[in-house]
Amino acid sequence: MRILVVEDDPVLSDGLKVGLGLAGWTVDNVSRLDDARAAVGGMCFDMIVLDLMLPDGSGLELLSEMRARGDATPVLLLTAIDETPDRIRGLDAGADDYLGKPFDLDELAARLRALARRRSGRADPVLRVGGITLDPAALTATFDGESLDLSRRELAVLSALMERPGMIRSRAELEDRLYGWQEEIGSNAVEVHIHNLRAKIGRDTIETVRGLGYRIRRPS
Amino acid sequence: MTSLRRRLLMLLVAATGVVWLCAVVWIYVGSRSELEHVLDTRLQEAARMVHSLVASGNIAAAATATTMPPGGDAGYDRQLSCQIWSLDGRLLARSSGAPPETLAENNEGFATREVNGEPWRVYTIVDPAKDVRVAVGDRIGLRDRLVRDLVIGLAAPAILVIPLLGLLIWLSLRAGLKPLNAIAGEIAARDGDDMRPVAAQAAPLEIRPLIAALNGLFDKVSVARRHERDITAFAAHELRTPLAGLKTQAQIALAATDDAVRNGALRQILVSVDRTSRLARQLLALAKLEARQKSSTAGTVNVGSVLRDAMSVVQTPDGVAVEADPDLDKLNVAGEAETLQLILRNLHENAVAHMRGPGRVAWRVLPDKNGISVEDDGPGIPDDELPLVTQRFYRGRTRSLSGTGLGLTIAQMAAERLGIRLVLVNREGGLGLRGALIWAQPPKDRRKSPES
Repeated sequence: MRILVVEDDPVLSDGLKVGLGLAGWTVDNVSRLDDARAAVGGMCFDMIVLDLMLPDGSGLELLSEMRARGDATPVLLLTAIDETPDRIRGLDAGADDYLGKPFDLDELAARLRALARRRSGRADPVLRVGGITLDPAALTATFDGESLDLSRRELAVLSALMERPGMIRSRAELEDRLYGWQEEIGSNAVEVHIHNLRAKIGRDTIETVRGLGYRIRRPS
Repeated sequence: MTSLRRRLLMLLVAATGVVWLCAVVWIYVGSRSELEHVLDTRLQEAARMVHSLVASGNIAAAATATTMPPGGDAGYDRQLSCQIWSLDGRLLARSSGAPPETLAENNEGFATREVNGEPWRVYTIVDPAKDVRVAVGDRIGLRDRLVRDLVIGLAAPAILVIPLLGLLIWLSLRAGLKPLNAIAGEIAARDGDDMRPVAAQAAPLEIRPLIAALNGLFDKVSVARRHERDITAFAAHELRTPLAGLKTQAQIALAATDDAVRNGALRQILVSVDRTSRLARQLLALAKLEARQKSSTAGTVNVGSVLRDAMSVVQTPDGVAVEADPDLDKLNVAGEAETLQLILRNLHENAVAHMRGPGRVAWRVLPDKNGISVEDDGPGIPDDELPLVTQRFYRGRTRSLSGTGLGLTIAQMAAERLGIRLVLVNREGGLGLRGALIWAQPPKDRRKSPES
């Protein structure tokens, strides 16, 4: 999943990029409201972690703008001002969750997982399709009860496909979820990950739809 | 406490009382002179009547003629007394009730005289042809009683009316002051956060200035409150964000299995600790400045040497050139070196921190020799933010990555303590910021510094 982190403190911003990366997300950072506006307008993020006090304005402005134009991307507010009235104002402005600084990285990751779950309408925290299960919290997967040894990128591809079983994911979509702005993408990186996954969970589980992308076969 | 209603009541009642009193005095004086005139005319008439009777030879009849008939007002019985004297001084006749002592004056006309210790008003006619002198008189005491009774008759109802009038005035005041009570009630019913202006349109003309002043005060209080809230928010942000960064990086260092990731996190922790210790140092400096209202201006320090000390603790990034005018060494100012160094260090730190890439930070003596200035090649400060940057924890749109929002606050506050004016302006052409320190009393320029 791809997350936009809008935070102006360099140390915290770096911590979120690395920490959320370890939790299985692809993270992009911006430190100013203007950059965040451009990023949100330019591409699709699965979630946004938004600081309220930014050098060039309040994160609430961006949130209101997004909600006003019908952008439903889940937003978690991250802020030093966490008095109850501020939380209420943030939530009422369209935020999905609120976390006061300083926070626990694991809690932030758990809250983001919960937001992702809610967004896709699932109740079960573990993804299950056919004989495959994927636990986004533990970053583990099993196939027919057997534990799978998957790399971070393979897990990300599998999780993207399992979130919407039967639906096609294009190559570009998968690349977006796997790689942040500064990361070099090999020309056939997605194909390589799919190939490796098929070797572990069986050839037929992931189907190639020629010219469109990939999908995971729904159990019949 | 003074009550407006009580005050108005007193004033109105007193004013009404004075008007009543004046009316009574006027009536008293007016009636009295009118009455004197009437009674004097009566004396004259009676004297002429008696004289004409005397002229016709009936002295006894004449003497009784002036006696009031019985059945008149008991209080005013026997008002007139008449005496008929021969010119050689024999009493020929007198009316009953008339005193045996002579009332008559030697000359004709009106006279006031004392008889038996009582003042009398007498009219005398002298008739040498008939050898008689006719004197008719009445007691002035009686006249006074008459006037007094008249005035009491008029004033008595007034005495009864005054309390009634007071009551009416009080009730009118209560009705008249109702709008004032209504507004007081409205304000009293508010809670502490309600700073909405009071509606002035519905209020009476006289209290509108009061309401306008009140609304002005509400405005000021709410601005002050917003300001306070802003500062609290800024402070929370500046204090908690580094902690959040530290905690996140520490969690990464603990959880990382990869050495590169762990080392990266530890390096970030070091950066953050450095920043946090600067924050702590600045908070302490601020607290220290706040504790002393005024810094001692005794003693003289050399600006050049203090500036060198201040610069020595600030790291200069690569590509940034720091220039200090040699004339600074000729500048000696009154004040403590410690406070001056605090100002210079924070201004220098601020200038250096805002350099984007290579450039120049230049310290100079002002052309008027009344202060010094520092210029940087940074982005400057947007004009709308200039008045705000000395507020604590305020970090504008052009904030540096490592700032705390306290540097300029400290510089400003320390300058105040030394009686120095800190002026921040953007340099012409939108390139960088210029901070000037201007001494109220011109520094002792061009004097040899003690060290050199």
